[in-house]
Amino acid sequence: MSARNAELLTAGVIFVLLLIAPPLLEALGLGYMTGLLMKAMLLAIAALSLDLIVGQGGMISLGHSAFVGLGAYSLAIGLESGIDNILALMVIALVVSGLFALVTGALALRTSGIYFLMITLAFGQMAYFTLTSLAGYGGDDGLTLWSLATLFGSKVVQNSGQLYFVILGVLLATWWLLHRITHARFGRVLRGARDNAERAEVMGFSVFRYRLTAYVIAGMIASIAGLLTAQQNEFVSPSLATWQHSGDLLVILVIGGIGSRNGTILGAFFIVIVQELLGAILPEWRLIYGPLLVLVVLFAKGGLNTLLTPGQGRRAA
Amino acid sequence: MKVKRNELLVSLAAGLAMGACASAAQAEDLTVGIVVTLSGPPAALGQQIVDGFNLALEQKQGMLGGSKVNLVIQDDELKPEVARQKAEELVQRDKADIVVGTVFSNMLQAIFKPVVGSDTFLISPNAGPSTFAGENCSPYFFATSYQNDQNAEVSGMIANEEGFKNTFLMVPNYQAGRDNVAGFKKTFTGTVTDEVFTPLGHKDFSPELAQLATSGSDALFTFMPGGMGVALVKQFAAAGQKDKIKFLSVFTTDETTLPALKDDAIGFLAAGNWAPDFKNEASEAFVTAFNEKYGYVPGGYAMQGYDTAMLIDSAVAKVGGDMSDKDAVRKALEAADFTSLRGDFKFNNNHYPVQSFYLLEIAKNDKDQYHTSIVREVVKDYADSFHQECKM
Amino acid sequence: MSFTLLLIQCLNGLQYGTMLFLIAAGLTLVFGVMGFINLAHGVLYMVGAYLAFAFLNLTGNFWIAALLAMVAALVFGLALEHFVFRHLYTRNHLDQVLATFGIIIFLNELAKVLFGAATLSIPVPALLDGSIPLTPELNYPVYRLAIIGVGLLVAALLYGIVSHTRVGMLVRAGATTPEMVNALGVNIERLFMIVFGVGAMLAGFAGVIAAPIFAIEPGMGDNILIVAFVVIIIGGIGSIRGAFVAALLVGLIDTLGRSLATEMTGFVFSPSMSNQIGPALASMLIYILMAAILIFRPQGLLPAKGTA
Repeated sequence: MSARNAELLTAGVIFVLLLIAPPLLEALGLGYMTGLLMKAMLLAIAALSLDLIVGQGGMISLGHSAFVGLGAYSLAIGLESGIDNILALMVIALVVSGLFALVTGALALRTSGIYFLMITLAFGQMAYFTLTSLAGYGGDDGLTLWSLATLFGSKVVQNSGQLYFVILGVLLATWWLLHRITHARFGRVLRGARDNAERAEVMGFSVFRYRLTAYVIAGMIASIAGLLTAQQNEFVSPSLATWQHSGDLLVILVIGGIGSRNGTILGAFFIVIVQELLGAILPEWRLIYGPLLVLVVLFAKGGLNTLLTPGQGRRAA
Repeated sequence: MKVKRNELLVSLAAGLAMGACASAAQAEDLTVGIVVTLSGPPAALGQQIVDGFNLALEQKQGMLGGSKVNLVIQDDELKPEVARQKAEELVQRDKADIVVGTVFSNMLQAIFKPVVGSDTFLISPNAGPSTFAGENCSPYFFATSYQNDQNAEVSGMIANEEGFKNTFLMVPNYQAGRDNVAGFKKTFTGTVTDEVFTPLGHKDFSPELAQLATSGSDALFTFMPGGMGVALVKQFAAAGQKDKIKFLSVFTTDETTLPALKDDAIGFLAAGNWAPDFKNEASEAFVTAFNEKYGYVPGGYAMQGYDTAMLIDSAVAKVGGDMSDKDAVRKALEAADFTSLRGDFKFNNNHYPVQSFYLLEIAKNDKDQYHTSIVREVVKDYADSFHQECKM
Repeated sequence: MSFTLLLIQCLNGLQYGTMLFLIAAGLTLVFGVMGFINLAHGVLYMVGAYLAFAFLNLTGNFWIAALLAMVAALVFGLALEHFVFRHLYTRNHLDQVLATFGIIIFLNELAKVLFGAATLSIPVPALLDGSIPLTPELNYPVYRLAIIGVGLLVAALLYGIVSHTRVGMLVRAGATTPEMVNALGVNIERLFMIVFGVGAMLAGFAGVIAAPIFAIEPGMGDNILIVAFVVIIIGGIGSIRGAFVAALLVGLIDTLGRSLATEMTGFVFSPSMSNQIGPALASMLIYILMAAILIFRPQGLLPAKGTA
């Protein structure tokens, strides 16, 4: 079985499990866990988009949560201004985050390596402090969303049981889009530039334009994750845009295995479930969680993805 | 108590792991969930609430209103999304009858809809934002603490009574900070020399203190909870301004920060609804018992945690342990038929307390413990200014 | 704003800057020489403060406590290097970020378990307690002046070591061409250990001197770490001179910005608007500066190439 088929098969198993999870959990009396799954899926969407820059592009960003925050606030501010159609709100989020990505990306991509990490951090912090200064929309405290977005007046995107499947759909769409991008020429050029930027330039590709496009796409996807997070939480706050949140997304990537979409999804679930279980057993669960991260780095090179596809390198496409 | 809590959580986790229905509690048991901040710098505040609540529970032999209490304590980590997740679990997994939370207003905002939206009673042992006091008041929401603006409004009255002419205002730059400035200005009749907003969590106040020193103010009004307050008071004292400028604050020099502040805060003024030397039999017994058990002087947070438990006790007893009739439970809660450590206690139409406020001064007791001390009553039976907008 | 107030704010900025330098110095060397991103550097600042608190309770003397805390911070740093960080030098940056992030989480929680969540503090040592009058209404704490003095002293000492000793030469060489140093057969592991130990001790020292004026609490190093990173980027990675200049610059900009931003935005916006925009803008200033440096002078103000 080729690696690509194995990847499709694994993804198929993951998505089927997610599809049957809510009724299954309900039957086991663990219905509350669908909330956890939604949280994990939303993290997975944001982390998948980050993987396009980090895994395919080889550029580590510490400002990705800014897009999550922008998406969430697009929903909140849109709702406050009387726009309640979720599709219209999504368009707003995509435009806002796309423009922000275009401007900051054009500047940030003049740098690379650690410098790219720091400049994305700088832009992320600027976005964060801007959100905290929006006193009309709650400032640091955040804002409770008294009314939620609808789909042409229908509440199908509000009820958490149905929102689950909306989020699952978006996760699937994100997975598929990134899968296509990865295996298209665009993805090959990105990876080529990651491994050897000069060679890609010599071959006639504008590395800058490819990277900027990837950066903008990643930002736009992350904003949709943010928008849905706001819809699920019925609440927005600048904490979505902190650098620590960007750090959490990177943790998911490393735990899942850089460059692996299936691994990223598993990484998101791993983080959410481990935190939940440890937290239930021991209030001081961070005493275990911290060393666990160190151990993963030291001894589990390649992350969870290596469990899925033994023999695959960590830079699997 | 800590051990007890761990055991409870372990058994909970075990139930979860076996895939069994986790709410193994018997039907007549009362499930109370607590969501407060128990990690990060402000954890001491949440701990006081938990300790206060636990003390009440212990004195009642683990029963509230005659029902055995299944207590689930959750840490919101001061992250809105975590708070929401924990609240959802309490409601859906543990089938909590009552959720008690939170310390901070922004956490309350995050858990409000999932709790109240599922027709579960939510009692705040501290946070009292204006958001839920006016038109968005809820039949399922109660606050046993205060409305956030009240302490600042009372501070303005104190400043007038103490004859402060020029007052300098300094708060962290977030909603509660801005609310406190607005509240103070509502009642203060003198001149506000300057309003300074510092970044939330900032610990170096030297630039602001220099501004204060040159502003020609005779008093400083501030709201700097937790570590920010410790840093501010110490730097205020170090800059030698203690003799020149009066220090008036809310939630800055309280029992959570005084052990670190010690003599630096002696004589500072504050506004509050209670102090550990409150002259009242129940209160005195509480302070002694608390000090003995936990080894520190309880602050307002612990008092409110204790009162919250007593309120629940009275309401559950009134309905005979039957939590299914929500209207009856609500009526029983509204009656607030318990002996508050603050003496008289009653709810307004918006379920926020109507209570007296006092001028407090920082003092030291005979065991060398630092605490707030009541100087005099400033305003009696003070209601918040949003309750008219509440249609309840 | 009066002249004396401006003067005071400049002193405050210098004092913040010297504190930042103590933390950034170790960070920039560790990163410059070893190419190692150590997010856990900020947590050593917290460790220093807690150690000072613990030793003060044991000994009752600030100076002995400070000395013990510095030695303990050094030992602690070396232990971290030996057991964890040593295995990360050859890893990619992402692995380093994740592992050191794990260390932060662990140590913050450990501090809470050992010392409690409440804020702690220690008194200013009697020798430096008090304030000197600058003008009739303005006093300046002696302790803060002492911090500035000590910071300058440490900076001079470090500069001397880095530019005039054999170890310093290796550090400089390591910061610019690590392959070369390795090829020359220098015991690179020992060099790394020394650099790391000194860096840890300096961060711990910053924590010790911060303890009497700031609040000691779990997580106190997290924010200052990010600012220290900003400093080393602005100064130029691996450059002690750069870290020094950038630390003072960041300290001054942040301090002056906070007291001026609201006034400045007040010219353009209404008072209530400027009260919202001003503080947010002030918090952003250092990031704006860093972004500008990265765009126009990515190697930093005083890059490590050439001299120190």
